[in-house]
Amino acid sequence: MSTNTAYYIPHKATWPVIGTAGLMTMLAGFANLLNGSSIGPALMVVGLLIFVTMLVGWFTLQAKESESGMYNHDVGISYRMGMMWFIFSEIVFFAVFFGTLWYTRNLSVPWLGEEIPKMAKETAEAYFGTGNSGFTAHWPTNGPGKLVDGAISSKGEFEPMGAWGLPFLNTLILLTSGVSCTWAHHGLLAKNREQLIKGLIVTVALGFLFVACQAIEYHEAYTEMGLTLGSGIYGSTFFMLTGFHGFHVCVGAIILSVVLFRSAKGHFKPENHFAFEAAAWYWHFVDVVWLGLFIFVYLM
Amino acid sequence: MSAVVSEHDDHHADDHHDHGPAKGLLRWIITTNHKDIGTLYLLFALAMFFVGGAMAMVIRAELFEPGLQFVDPAFFNSMTTMHALVMVFGAVMPAFVGLANWQIPLMIGAADMALPRMNNMSFWMLVAGVLLLASTLFMEGGAPNGGWTLYPPLVLQPITVGKAMPFAVFSVHLLGISSIMGAINIIATIFNMRAKSMKMMDMPLFVWTWLITAFLLIAVMPVFAGAVTMLLTDKFFHTSFFNAAGGGDPVLYQHIFWFFGHPEVYIMILPTFGVASTIIPVFARKPLFGYASMVWATGSIAFLSFIVWAHHMFTVGMPIAGELYFMYATMIIAVPTGVKVFNWTATMWKGAMTFETPMLFSIAFVVLFTMGGFTGLMMSIAPTDFQYHDTYFIVAHFHYTLVPASVFILMAAGYFWLPKWTGHMYNEKIGQLHFWLSVISVNILFFPQHFLGLAGMPRRIPDYAVQFADWNMISSVGGFIFGISQLLFLYIVIDTIKGGTGEKVSDEVWEDAAQHSLEWTLPSPLPYHTWTTPPTSVPTEHVLDAH
Repeated sequence: MSTNTAYYIPHKATWPVIGTAGLMTMLAGFANLLNGSSIGPALMVVGLLIFVTMLVGWFTLQAKESESGMYNHDVGISYRMGMMWFIFSEIVFFAVFFGTLWYTRNLSVPWLGEEIPKMAKETAEAYFGTGNSGFTAHWPTNGPGKLVDGAISSKGEFEPMGAWGLPFLNTLILLTSGVSCTWAHHGLLAKNREQLIKGLIVTVALGFLFVACQAIEYHEAYTEMGLTLGSGIYGSTFFMLTGFHGFHVCVGAIILSVVLFRSAKGHFKPENHFAFEAAAWYWHFVDVVWLGLFIFVYLM
Repeated sequence: MSAVVSEHDDHHADDHHDHGPAKGLLRWIITTNHKDIGTLYLLFALAMFFVGGAMAMVIRAELFEPGLQFVDPAFFNSMTTMHALVMVFGAVMPAFVGLANWQIPLMIGAADMALPRMNNMSFWMLVAGVLLLASTLFMEGGAPNGGWTLYPPLVLQPITVGKAMPFAVFSVHLLGISSIMGAINIIATIFNMRAKSMKMMDMPLFVWTWLITAFLLIAVMPVFAGAVTMLLTDKFFHTSFFNAAGGGDPVLYQHIFWFFGHPEVYIMILPTFGVASTIIPVFARKPLFGYASMVWATGSIAFLSFIVWAHHMFTVGMPIAGELYFMYATMIIAVPTGVKVFNWTATMWKGAMTFETPMLFSIAFVVLFTMGGFTGLMMSIAPTDFQYHDTYFIVAHFHYTLVPASVFILMAAGYFWLPKWTGHMYNEKIGQLHFWLSVISVNILFFPQHFLGLAGMPRRIPDYAVQFADWNMISSVGGFIFGISQLLFLYIVIDTIKGGTGEKVSDEVWEDAAQHSLEWTLPSPLPYHTWTTPPTSVPTEHVLDAH
């Protein structure tokens, strides 16, 4: 239990402004890169380094303060509220892309299927390319323009991603990692350090295994199935949803690695382990999003 | 909820000696003090108010006469776009976050915000976001000029954006991160840092409205971030979200944008309501009429804001059932809003009113916001909206809800709380001059725009038919007077900080203010740290009828 009875209010903070500068530099670099300016990549690297330095520095400070008992019960509640509403904002972010999938699949594609056959052949071909005057609505689709890498084509074909190969394996991997994470939590609560560490090792390993499987899946999509970000609305929604999810898995696995590292150093007590809880919440959130993806992107 | 609060230095965690602000400029960069951060937000917002205002002056100068006089059309469109983005994300929202930072801990008996380091970061993320946005002004192709809504396909055309597009997108991301962090902090502060003696239904209305606004922010800022991310991938990574050739739909962007955009409107108005509900009772010398109904009305407006978005899109093409649904759902908002206007009026009814500057601005707010509300009701009617859409009528409407409402209330808040914060009284004569100049000129500026819109003058156009010349000239004159008048406010703020009238204000500042809210029981000027021991009792004058 924390030794401090008072609500801890830090007096000064240097990391926030450093982190902001890093993030801003990184984004300015990315924007320059997109505009074709040669300074872009260098700025991105500098920004990333500053940002990572901030993460390391800030979290080291927090861990030190937490372990020295400076956070009382109420500070812990503020942190939990913070994490909870942060995850809520992330859920909303994903909801935008799920909503986009729903809208295009159920509204805009069927509308195109109704309207395009009514258009004059010349008009349709002017918009969607030679030979593309007809369009039947079906899912998956790369649109009336039969898009290949974002460009209108006369014979753009792709193979949609099936559910029962790697994606199903990835579902099992992520669900198992949710179990191992909870097992680790039980270890922490039962003061069984060995179970805590083993559980976290398994969770982190499964997390990175998931990412590896997804990399293989993407590679197959690009090289063998003709499925890219530019494959019309199916490719757009597929890669946007799975890509942002994969990014979140990476972030979650890194957070869990930090928790693992701290567990190995003897941090956390049964009654005081906010960082573990936050990481576990995040991991379960990533897990649930994946279930949504598996159902709505792969299965249906 | 905390009993005692300790203050620590990052690097000397166990030292208890130095509790004052850091020395020099560094104080403002690394501060975690809610008052310092509130000041930073407010000063930044004030600066952006003048930057955005300067852009408005360019617009009004160009529209003074028909024909092209001063700027080329693309730059004119950059000005309308940037004026909106700067005012919304750089001025009005940060100003309310600044007030929240100052006032919420004071009003709920908390020593500081719940997450002080993150508080610092949300301010600097705001600055970073605005810097990225402002940098586009100096780029090849100029600043974004497709309107603040950033509609595709227009915004994806090379001619419309030049090099600005990715900077604008990342700026929105940073501003979103800033807002979400600020909102999380406000929620944690209100729930976790409130004095034990204060029940939820004892909280001042300003705290209530900000609590609800914070939920709106967390729920919609990620939506905007998602929308602009898809713009970015459509532009640079071959996706087809808003491209019919790939099976996407540009209208989808409008749906997503306005799912963010409509709650965003209330993010700017709900704290406005909160401040008005704080100021009016003090100068009417009566408790706020209908406290509980004010809380419920705020919640209702927030809820409704999520289910009315497509009233911004009546002319874009929607099934008739959609038009009808969004029309009626929108009209329902008039009910809780009417409750509020009624309650403010009833609070003043038979009150022992005095008319100091904050009260003058608040009364003007009640009248002129109602005006903006009525034009909103007109546009909620789908068939008539076909006539008003994208004309100066909508420009007049939302400026009435933003300028003589949100901005006036921000001014009122400045006059109301500056004496408390600084311990100095502002110059009442100049304050009232500022008020009268503002209230007259704002109507000269925006009222004629109703006529222009009804007659069919489109918005976002640098030139117009000669039939619109007279009212545009009047509007521009009003605009120039309004713009210059605001320099008085700048003068008053600086003057008050530097000593004001020289009169030492009492702890209450305003007569019996301490019966209404906690901050008036603290010393004037406020010490650097307040409520290190939480208050044991809270004023309940303002919530008499809630118990």
